[in-house]
Parts: sequence; C-alpha cells; structure tokens
Amino acid sequence: MIDQVLIPLLKIVIVLNATLVAVTYMVLLERKVIAWAQSRLGPMRVGPYGVLQPIADAIKLMIKEDITPVRADKWVFTAAPIISMVPALIVYAVIPFGPTVSLFGRKVSLYITDINVGLLYIVSVASVGVYGIILAGYSSNSKYPLLASLRASAQLISYEVAVTLTLVSVILMAGSLSMVEIVNAQYNQHVWFVFAQPFAFVLVLIGGLAETNRAPFDLPEAEQELTGGFHTEYSGMRFALFFLAEYANMIVVSSVVTTLFLGGWLPPFPNVGALHLLYYVPSWTWFLIKSFLFLYLFIWIRATLPRYRYDQLMRLGWKVLIPLAILNLVVTGIVKVMLM
Amino acid sequence: MAQAIAFYFIAACILGFAVLVVTTRDTVHSVLFLVLDFLFVAALYVLLGAQFLAAIQVLVYAGGIVVLYLFVVMLVNLKRPPEAHEDPHRRTKLGFGLAAAVLLELGAIAVYGSVNPAAPMPATPAIPVSGNTEQVGWLLYTSYLIPFEIASMLLLVAMIGAIVLAKREL
Repeated sequence: MIDQVLIPLLKIVIVLNATLVAVTYMVLLERKVIAWAQSRLGPMRVGPYGVLQPIADAIKLMIKEDITPVRADKWVFTAAPIISMVPALIVYAVIPFGPTVSLFGRKVSLYITDINVGLLYIVSVASVGVYGIILAGYSSNSKYPLLASLRASAQLISYEVAVTLTLVSVILMAGSLSMVEIVNAQYNQHVWFVFAQPFAFVLVLIGGLAETNRAPFDLPEAEQELTGGFHTEYSGMRFALFFLAEYANMIVVSSVVTTLFLGGWLPPFPNVGALHLLYYVPSWTWFLIKSFLFLYLFIWIRATLPRYRYDQLMRLGWKVLIPLAILNLVVTGIVKVMLM
Repeated sequence: MAQAIAFYFIAACILGFAVLVVTTRDTVHSVLFLVLDFLFVAALYVLLGAQFLAAIQVLVYAGGIVVLYLFVVMLVNLKRPPEAHEDPHRRTKLGFGLAAAVLLELGAIAVYGSVNPAAPMPATPAIPVSGNTEQVGWLLYTSYLIPFEIASMLLLVAMIGAIVLAKREL
C-alpha cells in the first residue's frame, strides 16, 4: 500500500510543486541575468534584491481581468493554454533525478517511474504540446496570432525531426530507451555521452532552443513583427499559463540533455577511484547543478544573440541540422558495429 | 475488473469521439476530436501492455500527422458551413446504403466467427530479448523482415513522389 500508492503520490506532489516554484523563479533569474548582461540591476523593489518579484507577478496575473475576444472560438480558446501546460508537466514523470536510494530504511527511487520507452515518451508528449500554440493562434480569430502560430508550428515540426533523429544515435550508444538505463550505460561505458557524441550534443542543444521557442529562434514571439505573438489576445492567468509552459519546457530540455549527455545524477568522473569522495554529495544535487548550467546557458544565449530571420531558421533546420543528424546516426551505427 | 472498466471506458471514448469527428460542423473541431481519438487509442495500447506502440501512436499520429491536417485546415480556412447538397435525400440514401453494407459485413463476420471458432494461436517462438521495445525490434528484423522492408520502400517512393510533384522544374 505505502510502496504502491503513498510514495508515488508523494513524489508526484513534490516534483510538480518543485517544478512550478522553479518555473516562477526562472522568470526572475532570466530578468536578473539579462539585466546584468545589460549593466542594469533588474527587479529590486519587491523583497531584498527582488526575490519576492515572482509572487508579486503571480498575484498580478491572477487578479487581472480575463478577457475572451467576442469572435474567438471559446472552447478552443480556453483549452489552448491548458494543452500547452499539461505536456510540459507530465514529462517529469520519467526524468530521473537520482538512483534508488534508501530513505528511512526504505528503498526509494528518485524518479516517479522508469518505463521501457522513457525517451520516446518524452518526445511524443512534447510533440502534443505543439497543439497549444497552434490552437491559441487559430482560436483568437486575429491575424497576428494566426501568423505566429503558423510560424511556430512549422518551426516546431521541422526541429522535432532533427532532434528525434539525433536522439536515435544516443539511443544506439546506450542500447536502451529507458532514462535510468541511459544514465547507467554512461556509468558502465566510463564516459559521459557528451564526449562520445559531441555532434549529437550540439545538435540537440540547438534543436532544444528551437523547440522551446527561445532566442535566437523565438520567431513565434517576435513582438516587433507580430505585436506579441500567438498569445496576443490572452490576458491574466491564461497568458501566464503559456509563459509558465515555455519555462517548464526549458527545464525539461535542460533535464533531458543532462540525463542523456552529462550523466544525469552521476558525479564528474564517476569511475575514477580517487574522486570517489564526490559520491558523498547527494546524487540529485549533481543533477540540479548540471541542469542549472543549461538553464543559465539558455538565458545567456538570449542576452547575446540576435534573432534569426525566418528563411534562415528553416534553412538551418532542414539543410544543416537534419543532414548532420543523419550523418551522425550513420557514423555512430558503423562505429558501434565495428567495436562489437 | 479494473481492466474491464478501463477498457469499456476507453472504448466508449474512442467510439464517441469518432462519431464527433464526422458529425461536427467546424473542421478544426473535427480535427481536434480526431486527436483525442488517437490519444485514447494510445491509452488502449497501454492497457494491452504495448507501451512502445502507444508512444509511437502519439508521436506519429497525434503529434505528427494531425498537426499537418490542422495546418492545412487553418490555411484553407473552412469556417463557412459546407454548402447544402442539391438533393439532400440522395446523400441520406447513399449513407444508409453504405451503413447497411458495413452492418451486413460485420454480421457476416460475427456469424462466421461463431460457426467456426478460430483455432488457438500457435505458440510464438520464444523471443530471446526482454523489454517491450526490444521485442518489437526483434520481431521486425526476424519474422517480419520482408514486410518491414517493403513498407519502408513504399514510404521512400511516396517521399520521392511528393518531391517530384512539388518541384516539377528541377
């Protein structure tokens, strides 16, 4: 009873709440880091150094008037923010934050579940998230959101192909789709896959930026051309849901890249005996540190790089990333067969 | 018991959404019901213990193909109601005829099935790998190698055909 119902429920509650808190503080982190990059201070008024800013933002968004445009498609308009939020959250079910540890004399695994098709589950759930953006643009019944959502869906579909093809070469290396097994494979093969698959790492990182609509690929939200993007007609909490979904997706991409390429919960050089004392740091700390590095990288890129033009974006996706992904896959396959 | 309840619930949802797909006036809503339908089919696969198939179903159908449908529907914008057919009765008659044919076929299959019940499935040869994905892969590359290769050839032909149609003056 405790093992089957109570502990999984507790894990789900903890992971969901931690994610939502992390997401709101990501917004603050982003504002702060971009401010530092531009020699500003960023939010400073609410709480010391602005640490309570996310709470103030949340209250503001919740008490704002929630407007549905008269000509909007009401059901779809209401469902769109939910459709983009839910996939971003349920992906956390298969992300391993740590191995199985004993806690209060009980074996507890630091992930909600480990399914045989873990990575495939993440990819397929993420592919459903596209609907949120498409439907938001369509149901608003307004031209800029429609343009933005057409752009967004074309972008997401193109980069999904490249990312999924690249992930196949990682799966070839690990010999499994299960997220826990992929981390274990990195331990057994004595190498983080970032060193074994550097091309795949870069491709997935670029694809991940495009999949989360982050700069320099944030064309769906290019406010200079689209007066705000696919969520122009949304206000209040429904707008906030789109915003939170984007940040939750960023955390997902960071966690997946950490698991696939940086050895997940493993400390640096897990097989070197002299560095064994690194195991005294709890495993989930390593995971969080590595994921944080990627989140910081995302914000850093946004503060640094200008936005791509739309035709450049499509050319990069189809003519550069996909051929490179296929090449990487073929080379990985040949090398793997030769080494067997 | 719980399995049976889950099965009947999922089956009812699949049928209900399938009916909504063809009866809804708004084309975009119809496409959305199709997505829901595919998601419940994936749930049925999970119930059968075929997680790999379920993930592929969501990835390929719900997440890939129907997004393209939605794209096309949004681009051609079919907001206005379909024009009334010149003779609505003719369409109704045709529909009844088709429905009767399908019903007849289903009835024939049911009768045939109850008259000569299927022989028990021959025991499948043991698969030397464990895990859902591994087993699907093993079967595809041993017992079903030729169908698998033919299917991939078909997809390649379709892809080349699409490129040739789209780019006439290459």
